[in-house]
Amino acid sequence: MEDLIAFFSFQDPNVRYVAAGSVLLAISSALVGCFTFLKKKALVGDAVSHAVLPGVCLAFLISGTKNPLYLIIGAFITGWLSLILIDFITRMSKIKEDTSIGLILSVFFGVGILLLTMIQHSGNAAQTGLDSFLFGKAAALVGQDLIVFSSISIVLVVAVLLFYKEFALISFDENFAKSIGFPVKRLELVLTTLTVLAVVTGIQAVGVVLMAAMLITPAAAARFWTDKLSTMLIIAATFGAISGISGAFISYTAPAMPTGPWIVLVVSMLALLSFFVAPGKGILYRLYRQYKIKSRILNENILKLFYQLSESDEDHQTARTVSELQAKRPIPLATLNKGLRILRFQGYLNNRDGRWSLTREGLIKGQRIVKLHRLWEVYLTQYLRIAPDHVHEDADNIEHILTPELESRLEALLDYPDSDPHSSTIPYDPNIK
Amino acid sequence: MDAFYIIATGSFVAIACGLLGCFLILRKMAMVGDAISHAVLPGIVLAFLLSGSRDSVTMLIGAGLIGVLTTFLIEFFHKKGNLQSDAAIGVTFTWLFALGVILISVYAGEVDLDQDCVLHGEIAYVPLDLWIGADGIIYGPRPLYVAAAVLVVMLLFVVLGYKELYLTTFDPAFASAIGISTAVWHYLLMSAVSITTVASFESVGAILVVSLLIAPPATAYLLTENLKVMMLITALLGILVSVTGYYLAVALDGSIAGAMSTMAGVFFALAFVFSPSGGLLSRVFKSNHPLPTKQ
Repeated sequence: MEDLIAFFSFQDPNVRYVAAGSVLLAISSALVGCFTFLKKKALVGDAVSHAVLPGVCLAFLISGTKNPLYLIIGAFITGWLSLILIDFITRMSKIKEDTSIGLILSVFFGVGILLLTMIQHSGNAAQTGLDSFLFGKAAALVGQDLIVFSSISIVLVVAVLLFYKEFALISFDENFAKSIGFPVKRLELVLTTLTVLAVVTGIQAVGVVLMAAMLITPAAAARFWTDKLSTMLIIAATFGAISGISGAFISYTAPAMPTGPWIVLVVSMLALLSFFVAPGKGILYRLYRQYKIKSRILNENILKLFYQLSESDEDHQTARTVSELQAKRPIPLATLNKGLRILRFQGYLNNRDGRWSLTREGLIKGQRIVKLHRLWEVYLTQYLRIAPDHVHEDADNIEHILTPELESRLEALLDYPDSDPHSSTIPYDPNIK
Repeated sequence: MDAFYIIATGSFVAIACGLLGCFLILRKMAMVGDAISHAVLPGIVLAFLLSGSRDSVTMLIGAGLIGVLTTFLIEFFHKKGNLQSDAAIGVTFTWLFALGVILISVYAGEVDLDQDCVLHGEIAYVPLDLWIGADGIIYGPRPLYVAAAVLVVMLLFVVLGYKELYLTTFDPAFASAIGISTAVWHYLLMSAVSITTVASFESVGAILVVSLLIAPPATAYLLTENLKVMMLITALLGILVSVTGYYLAVALDGSIAGAMSTMAGVFFALAFVFSPSGGLLSRVFKSNHPLPTKQ
């Protein structure tokens, strides 16, 4: 608790630096990541983050200093080069894009490691800390670095806002953008540049491997909550900010804990949570919806079954045993029993001494399903000229999803037919007793 | 003698990785290989903690399981979650890798691993890690035996499962029609990649496993259309990469694994430019100087 207060009061300038730096980096990479995610280029972030290493080493070899500005320029150049090369290899040979991404990222990184070890073995005292590029040292962000990184982060955020409409267009419909005369190539170059910039700055905080997560994960998580780009950007940025501040906080309370991996772990947990519980697209929600649909279809089929059975003896009150039902339509016993219990609970069925009968509501509902089924059979035979013996299965599926509006349009279109192609009566009267 | 040990270990690792890599890149799963090589990290740390040693079979099994788990998660998010496959790969492996790095920080004192060795490995230490028998006889470097054993297992896997791997790669529909399970061979291949990755970890490191998985097969793919020839070229390239990489590293006084990866890139670039079938030069030549057509 003391830690919590000490941290969030931001009294300690070091805490301020680390927290502000982590949050800014996380937000800017989350924003840029949304567009690479939508362009289905999520893994280029991984490639760039590996490809900056040789650039950093070369910049150090050439300039002889660890001035973050030089290192960033070096990182930027090789990061950019890697994306150009990936594109070039994919276009000019039979190598697929994923292979060229893997190839470029591992070879560039290998060259980087070679250069880094050469520098380390050369005994140059100024090199210590250069390898913080590998793992990131968010907790060691100091004033000067922070000024450089936050200015770049702010540039990124402003650029995303400025090019919002253009990026949206090239992310969703590149061909349309081309056809209305958009400079798609140049805009993609801008986006590539922003991606490289985001990686170059973010890598300082979380390191090579985890930088990919800073681009991909917030965007992937946000995508589960919304279909709207502006909302997606806001959610992704929020997830980024939350993970940035949590990572900074965790490594503040437990100094042995690395900030970067914790930032990634927090944002990944947010993403996992989104994958499962987000309304609409979440996995649990979809499983639930599937279950609901399945049980609705079962229930409607059972009510239809009752109606069909009572149709022949024209007595809708007859109570029936489970085996009578099963004789007409072979529904597995356990499934049937479950459906019957649910229908009784919903008030569509009565149960007396183990025999089941329709309630008034059940009768109306069963009748409607039968009507929809038969109307659809008529529609298929009349309008689509499908043979009557081929229409049953289709009608069995469609009867569950026809809405009342479609129902009345069908009735009008077919002029209220009396019987279906199999000469069964189509019931209309909702006031049957 | 040290040079020989290092080059031999490197070659064994490179051949084992390359053979599996051929199937990975043909199945458009190159980045899944990348993902596995990072995601097995928490498995390695946990195996160290549980078994207390580096050279146990439990470690390979544990890593194999984590590798299969990784592919399962990727498939799960892709299929059940409707997440596009590149994002599914990216989210899954970074999360597991972050967990691995955190585990290393927590158990830093107990685990004989550090972050540097995880990423770039250190094949230069191979000759120092000797296998000494109970009777005091020195049998040579232990990693050499590990690499050789893994190579033998992977050779057996590729040779014995050649028909199944071939069919599930090129014609999965036909394969399942004649009763070969695509899923089983998918997971077998993924387990093989995980095991090879873990066994290669301390010698070449995570990223450089990826270059050995991808670069030599991609180079060979530029040179031939025939899978058997491709695998043969890949194996030869693996040896070439180890030899040239070793001497490059000696010349520059840098990481051997880094130099091997650099050389793998150099060979790819050469094939990319000079390949007689579809190389950059042959394309330029063909388009500028069309052959005279017969009248």
